[in-house]
Amino acid sequence: MRSTFCAVVSRLCWLTVLLPGSKAFADINMPVGVTPISKEVYGLHMLIFWICCVIGAAVFAVMFYSIFKHRKSKGHKPADFHESTTVEILWTAVPLVILVSMAIPAAKTLIAMEDTSNADLTIKVTGYQWKWHYEYLDSGVNFFSSLAAEHNEARQVDSGIDVSTIDNYLKEVDNPLVVPVGKKIRFLHTAADVIHSWWVPDLAVKKDAIPGFINENWALIEEPGIYRGKCTELCGRDHGFMPVVVKAVPEDEYLAWVAEQSGAGEEAETVADGDAAEEDTDREWAMDELLARGEKVYTANCVACHQAGGQGVPGAFPAITGSPVAIGDVDKHIEVVYEGVAGSAMASFAAQLSDADMAAVLTYQRNALGNSVGDTIQPSAIKALR
Amino acid sequence: MSTATTEHHDHHDDHGPAYGWKRWLFTTNHKDIGTLYLLFSLVMFFIGGGMALIIRAELWQPGLQIVDPLFFNSMTTMHALVMIFGVVMPAFVGLANWMIPMMIGGPDMALPRLNNWSFWIMPFAFLLLLSTLFMEGGGPAGGWTLYAPLSLQGGDSFAFVIFSIHFMGISSVMGSINIVATIFNMRAPGMTLMKMPLFVWTWLITAYLLIAVIPVLAGAVTMLLTDRYFGTSFFSAAGGGDPVMYQHIFWFFGHPEVYILILPAFGIMSSIIPTFARKPLFGYASMVYATASIAFLSFIVWAHHMFTVGMPLAGEMFFMFATMMISVPTGVKVFNWMATMWRGSMTFETPMLFAIGFLVMFTIGGLSGLMLAITPADIQYHDTYFVVAHFHYVLVPGAIYSIMAATYYWIPKWTGNMYDEKLGKIHFWISTIFLNVLFFPMHFVGLAGMPRRIPDYSLQFADWNMVASIGAFGFGFSQLIFAYVVIKCMKGGEKATDEVWEGADGLEWTVASPAPYHTFETPPTIK
Ligand code: HEM
Ligand SMILES: [Cu+2]
Ligand SMILES: [Cu+2]
Repeated sequence: MRSTFCAVVSRLCWLTVLLPGSKAFADINMPVGVTPISKEVYGLHMLIFWICCVIGAAVFAVMFYSIFKHRKSKGHKPADFHESTTVEILWTAVPLVILVSMAIPAAKTLIAMEDTSNADLTIKVTGYQWKWHYEYLDSGVNFFSSLAAEHNEARQVDSGIDVSTIDNYLKEVDNPLVVPVGKKIRFLHTAADVIHSWWVPDLAVKKDAIPGFINENWALIEEPGIYRGKCTELCGRDHGFMPVVVKAVPEDEYLAWVAEQSGAGEEAETVADGDAAEEDTDREWAMDELLARGEKVYTANCVACHQAGGQGVPGAFPAITGSPVAIGDVDKHIEVVYEGVAGSAMASFAAQLSDADMAAVLTYQRNALGNSVGDTIQPSAIKALR
Repeated sequence: MSTATTEHHDHHDDHGPAYGWKRWLFTTNHKDIGTLYLLFSLVMFFIGGGMALIIRAELWQPGLQIVDPLFFNSMTTMHALVMIFGVVMPAFVGLANWMIPMMIGGPDMALPRLNNWSFWIMPFAFLLLLSTLFMEGGGPAGGWTLYAPLSLQGGDSFAFVIFSIHFMGISSVMGSINIVATIFNMRAPGMTLMKMPLFVWTWLITAYLLIAVIPVLAGAVTMLLTDRYFGTSFFSAAGGGDPVMYQHIFWFFGHPEVYILILPAFGIMSSIIPTFARKPLFGYASMVYATASIAFLSFIVWAHHMFTVGMPLAGEMFFMFATMMISVPTGVKVFNWMATMWRGSMTFETPMLFAIGFLVMFTIGGLSGLMLAITPADIQYHDTYFVVAHFHYVLVPGAIYSIMAATYYWIPKWTGNMYDEKLGKIHFWISTIFLNVLFFPMHFVGLAGMPRRIPDYSLQFADWNMVASIGAFGFGFSQLIFAYVVIKCMKGGEKATDEVWEGADGLEWTVASPAPYHTFETPPTIK
């Protein structure tokens, strides 16, 4: 018995001595965060944590006292009592009082958390398998945000890359969400396919993104900085690989960023690619050009299910190699990618890919990965569909 | 109901078990069926444990080394389904089969043929479930909660999963009906309800919970099935349905389910602690009331699993307060056990060690449960490793330890032999140390921001994950000691006395060891 006791006590002491909030503690405790709400939540967390520690310590003290003293080997004779209404009432009532003392501050914080009124700006966050889409409802700026390419490469099963050499492994995206400090930001959460959950611990914001529904949440960030989070609702194969990165900047910097983005214009919907906006969707593209680009798009959007070699996952995700769709009628192939397949994991990519990207990836699927149909699909054909 | 006769002219009365496999296939004897359930559960324990070790091996260090993320997801899903439906529940039913008739002085279960059937459905249900791992598209990978719409993606193994859940459900409901019928009809004269051992009480209440919620689960998964194959859209927003409704229905089953996994454990504790404290259970009546209140409350707290889905404020408040309330009767139980130990004359044989391990570590899990009940904080904890730590503290040193304690406690009665005490103690200590190495660090990484159900993680979680994996392999392999002790005890050993334990009280200790094939054909007299 002694060693369990010591283990428990030393653990508790250890937690107590290392003051929460210190650097040493950062890796094993909830972050204090940078919003008024996150600070309240942290306070609440520590309050209940200490209450639980005290209850635990009291319970274990009595229990272990008894275990040491009231043992047969020490010649202790058993007493005979076996009920007492008074103590039963006592140990029902005392915990109730403790609970009420926790419930009151908890209720206050909860009410504050749910108050999304009077926001300064609104951002709609849409979960996709497996990336986020951000849309600034006030300015119309919108883009996708997915795991940064270097990380995506390193995390593959046989990548041969030592992930410990990668900074912020699995916590970096191509396009972070940029927001101003000192403003009340309202987030609207929804999803395009399955349920995801958008979580940034430093903001104490976690809300499920549910297809067909819109959830609300808010944050007021007090300090500029980069805040990282994750998807926390199991959303399929790459659930572990859709981080959230929020970059909080002073307001003027934010406004400049918005202006730049809006200037970059209508093509902001493309997969992140600096000069995407400049592209000419009307011109005729060469096969090589389409294949080169298609490979990138395929790697970023399709491999998770259809696999790097196009072999798919039998029974779950169809192969591209030799697929009747990918080597068959062009229009059917376009339709599947453009509109998705209802009731399956195959989403519509109409909003996710630019005309050129979609044309490129279609061409790539028809002429790589073991297929060789020989035709090209031009961006203009996709443009005509829109 | 009792068919006890004094002149043994009825041939049936004195014959023993049949021989060979037919004995086990056709048996209607509660002890045989209890043994089958327990052995089945032991086998599944190693299968589910193997899956856990695959998970922990992949999580040994950051980066993906061993498995594909999709297979990883199906391991977490299967591990949970196997452990909950294939280990804890059958083990409790096995214990109920063995002990309830003996504890209430009845000759057998009330519905022996149903009993045979409810066991023999189980191996088929699990064959069906496990076979999905070898099907095209792999096993279910959407988590044991099978949330729509995610669970609707993936291969056709889905239909097999749903049917296997239906089979498990049918088996549980039949088992529960049998237990209720037994408790109400087979008690010896004088065994009033308020004289029944707490194990019988807790199982009675558990059986009602099962009968109430298993059909709800069956309904939920059937709706999934029709959504997937028959064009309904109960849970698809595109067709006018509601994915959140699935979660409400699931957790209306799911929360009572977690109490189904722990109430019989409370009953076991209430048998073992008084024996080794050599003192009667403190607060018998309050224990019964506490169990009943827990069961009642367990129906009105389900949405504490859903604090992030976007419920109205009033709903969140209600579920927060109701959930906090549950810790009151749970606390009462713990306090009563402590008072039972208080000023007793304790010895620490293996069953008592496991019981004390239960008390300490279940309390830790209960306290983290209380933290989770606080909605604003739960929004940070939800779907992180903190929750994983919580439910493993209540389920492993909770439910699983209670089953092990019960095995060590009653196996001398079952087999007539004492188990190897020294190995039993070694098993306890090694398990307990590794268990804490395994699960305690999960609190840390969870608070620091590691989501659950991920096959790969960021570098700041690396150290504690490696610690947890060491604990996992240590804990996993130390269970081989348990299997060895059990098998050894079945084969032979020092002969057990009828009373077995010095401080033991209860009808099961009044019959011979090993318990004869038929007990209490003539009802005992109850003081
Ligand atoms: C004092 C009593 C308890 C309280 C207040 C409590 C509270 C909670 C809460 C609020 C959650 C949801 C956490 C989240 O997902 O964010 C949770 C999860 C869970 N609890 Fe408890 N709990 C208690 C006891 C138990 C017991 C006795 C068991 C089972 C033996 C149990 C098993 C579970 C399981 C399995 C989950 C996770 C389910 C999942 O998401 O897969 N809990 N608990
Ligand atoms: Cu996810
Ligand atoms: Cu619950």
